[in-house]
Amino acid sequence: MKLIEWLSQPWPWYVGGPLIGLMVPVLLILGNKTFGISSSLRHICAACIPAKIPFFQYEWKRELWNLFLVTGVLLGGVAVALFLHDPAPVKVNPHLAAELQQYGITNYDGTVPIQLFSWHNLLTTRGLVMTIGGGFLVGFGTRYAGGCTSGHSIMGLANLQMPSLIATVSFMAGGFIVANLVLPWILKL
Amino acid sequence: METLKKTKDVKPRIFLSENTDFEVRSLDAESYNKSELQHPFYYNVKYLFVGVFFGIVLVKSEVISWFRIQEMFRLQSFHMYGVIGSAVIVGMLSVWLIKKYKVKSIYGEPIQFVSKRFNKGNIYGGLLFGFGWAITGACPGPLFAQIGTGATVISVTLLSAIFGTWVYGRIRPFLPH
Repeated sequence: MKLIEWLSQPWPWYVGGPLIGLMVPVLLILGNKTFGISSSLRHICAACIPAKIPFFQYEWKRELWNLFLVTGVLLGGVAVALFLHDPAPVKVNPHLAAELQQYGITNYDGTVPIQLFSWHNLLTTRGLVMTIGGGFLVGFGTRYAGGCTSGHSIMGLANLQMPSLIATVSFMAGGFIVANLVLPWILKL
Repeated sequence: METLKKTKDVKPRIFLSENTDFEVRSLDAESYNKSELQHPFYYNVKYLFVGVFFGIVLVKSEVISWFRIQEMFRLQSFHMYGVIGSAVIVGMLSVWLIKKYKVKSIYGEPIQFVSKRFNKGNIYGGLLFGFGWAITGACPGPLFAQIGTGATVISVTLLSAIFGTWVYGRIRPFLPH
């Protein structure tokens, strides 16, 4: 019981980070797989809606392992909700809390703020822009960049790939621009 | 039986003029066919367990928290930098050790590394993904984990991301690379 309670607390960066880094050797040793999550979205397209587009004409069944991996990630989320749930709201920097309060974001219970991301708020302008617009950019951008945080920032940097460093710098630049300059406008909607 | 036959129809093979996506190994037919072993599909179940582990780590280390991502992009917390930085260091050390000792996979294959070639998409796509990351507070891995923790509305975000990937594939020839 004690162990479960201990594991249920938020894990510090120096525990979570190295464990995430271990994904690289684990996947390589288990079957010569390069760590990358966003390609799962491409495989889903190739499997479900290829529409004769050359980009989706490949043997997606050979990449099935990746779909097993992301299904696991989803189940990992379920496992935490069932067994390792921590009911305490996330503790954020007071500057962030003060900023978000201006936009009516006061609930810190979920992994995403329910005042922005919930079925109830989905059909508001703000909800649509953030849920659908944001998701679109994630899917479009990762594939255009050839990978996401896992494929470029972790696997690519671990393998000393210059394109991955360039991509990572671009991810961060894009994030800084939108979080500081654009998000305030979206949150006002 | 009928459906099985149908899926086996040989599709016309149209190869991409240039590969920009080095995460998909089956595009790299040359290096792929030679070494990759053919396994029945249930061998993939081990990746399900790896995924479960990864999902638990993502949730418990708060990487999937929209708030932590906002802190990161405002330089208000070290947390995410610590997570990504230490993950990269562990990954680098592992890759270095694997190369140095020529570690083999559990099936005895030599471990292969794919070198990526730079294209402008790394920048343009990277920026676009960064925009989306700041809005949704999630990269693709966390999207799956968030749905698992019960934020079911994020399935709409995920569907939109799949659609985004599809649109990219559709208009890819017209984009600068």
